[in-house]
Amino acid sequence: MFLSINGLAKSFGTNEVLKNIDVEVEKGEVLSIIGPSGSGKTTLLRCINALEHPDKGIFTFQDGFNLNFDNKISKQEILRLRRKSGMVFQSYNLFPHKTAFENVIEGPLIVQKRKKAEVKQLAENLLEKVGLKDKMNLYPYQLSGGQQQRVGIARALAMEPELMLFDEPTSALDPELIGEVLTVIRDLAKEDWTMVFVTHEIQFAGEVSDKVLFMDGGYIVEQGSPEEVLKSPKEKRTQQFLQRILNPS
Amino acid sequence: MFHLNNMLYTISANMEGWELFVNSLLPMISGAIKYTIPLTLISFVLGLLVALLTAMMRLSKSALIQAPAVIYVSAIRGTPLLVQLFIIFYGLPSLGLTIDPFPSAIIAFTLNVGAYASEIIRASILSISKGQWEAAFTIGMTKTTALKRIILPQAARVSVPPLSNSFISLVKDTSLASLILVAELFRKAQEIAARTYDFLLLYIEAALIYWVICFILSLAQTALEKRFDRYVAK
Ligand SMILES: Nc1ncnc2c1ncn2[C@@H]1O[C@H](COP(=O)(O)OP(=O)(O)OP(=O)(O)O)[C@@H](O)[C@H]1O
Ligand SMILES: [Mg+2]
Repeated sequence: MFLSINGLAKSFGTNEVLKNIDVEVEKGEVLSIIGPSGSGKTTLLRCINALEHPDKGIFTFQDGFNLNFDNKISKQEILRLRRKSGMVFQSYNLFPHKTAFENVIEGPLIVQKRKKAEVKQLAENLLEKVGLKDKMNLYPYQLSGGQQQRVGIARALAMEPELMLFDEPTSALDPELIGEVLTVIRDLAKEDWTMVFVTHEIQFAGEVSDKVLFMDGGYIVEQGSPEEVLKSPKEKRTQQFLQRILNPS
Repeated sequence: MFHLNNMLYTISANMEGWELFVNSLLPMISGAIKYTIPLTLISFVLGLLVALLTAMMRLSKSALIQAPAVIYVSAIRGTPLLVQLFIIFYGLPSLGLTIDPFPSAIIAFTLNVGAYASEIIRASILSISKGQWEAAFTIGMTKTTALKRIILPQAARVSVPPLSNSFISLVKDTSLASLILVAELFRKAQEIAARTYDFLLLYIEAALIYWVICFILSLAQTALEKRFDRYVAK
């Protein structure tokens, strides 16, 4: 098991957003999370990346690193948790004052303090992989949404994290730009990256995932293989959600 | 006869006026170069450092760190600059602390710029979206690194126009230093006018020199804004 999360809870004021949930992620696995708006999907990803501070929960990693949020957590531990994973945002959040290339090298060069020549090579390879080598000297405002999101993916990959988190990476995109981003993610899935992927693209989730997890109201209602959860869901709430999203009327 | 006399008088007066104008140019420009410009530059640079520190303190979560910054900004903004200058130069000696005119002026203007610019810097930091902080955090940056590499460079762009305004105001405000005996541009004008009684001419001349300096600065502002705008959609 690459990562097990046990008893994760998070509230905003009196709003209990995650209610004691357990999640397990295998090494090299693609885990998709689906669920209605407000069910806590983003909050779960943000807890894994330490952008939110859980109220409760135990994170255990394969390499023995573990954090129990019942205890006081140091800044170092937060940083260590965060550096395990890379995050791709719904709204890209590229650095607007840096070119595509500069966005990608920023982490390895400034945070990891790797050698300039090495980082340059890495960034060029990554931008090539996401199909943007010819655009590497453009600023974000000069790129389409799909291109910006691909730079966002390359920026996260450049840190060589053990786990990649995607929060609805295509939902801010025009329909004709979704494909190019999904292609990149599909390639990563094939390369055995460990990924947690929040999405409304049910068909795509079925295609690339090893495991699908359905969340509603701060609970994990159902999880299993894509066939189990997407084709023959056991829970009524899952059935209703899929009904609504697959046959919008 | 009367007409001719009058005309001759006017011409000779104009000639004298022109001569006075040209002769005063050198002392006034030298006052500008020796005092007005250094006073402006030094106070502005030091003021920006004070402003950055003050802005950081105001953005801190701790009320204990915020409080001195809030009081400082409020006191400077709530009192006239001229009064602040007089307190430092004429007031402090009674506490046994005598400071020369030029350093007194530097202190007063630095404190002044520090207070006003801290509000500009704080507002421009707050104008950068939360997503930028988070993107910086997800690539492993600490708060300090994120501020230095991601937030401040973007905040700088936002704050160029208001900070340029402060800078140009400062150039003009340095004329107040004439009242604590700093031999800057306007004091030179006053000294010459006291001898020649040609107040209108000399004060207009001083005004023109300030105008030229500020005009050059506004060109620099435009160039700076252009440079920062390279990464935003037109
Ligand atoms: N910073 C915050 N402060 C207060 N409430 C928040 C905050 N972030 C999220 N919430 C609340 O937590 C709940 C879950 O939000 P979350 O963003 O995790 O949902 P989601 O499943 O990602 O929804 P969507 O599909 O719309 O993205 C919502 O009720 C939301 O209003
Ligand atoms: Mg969400």
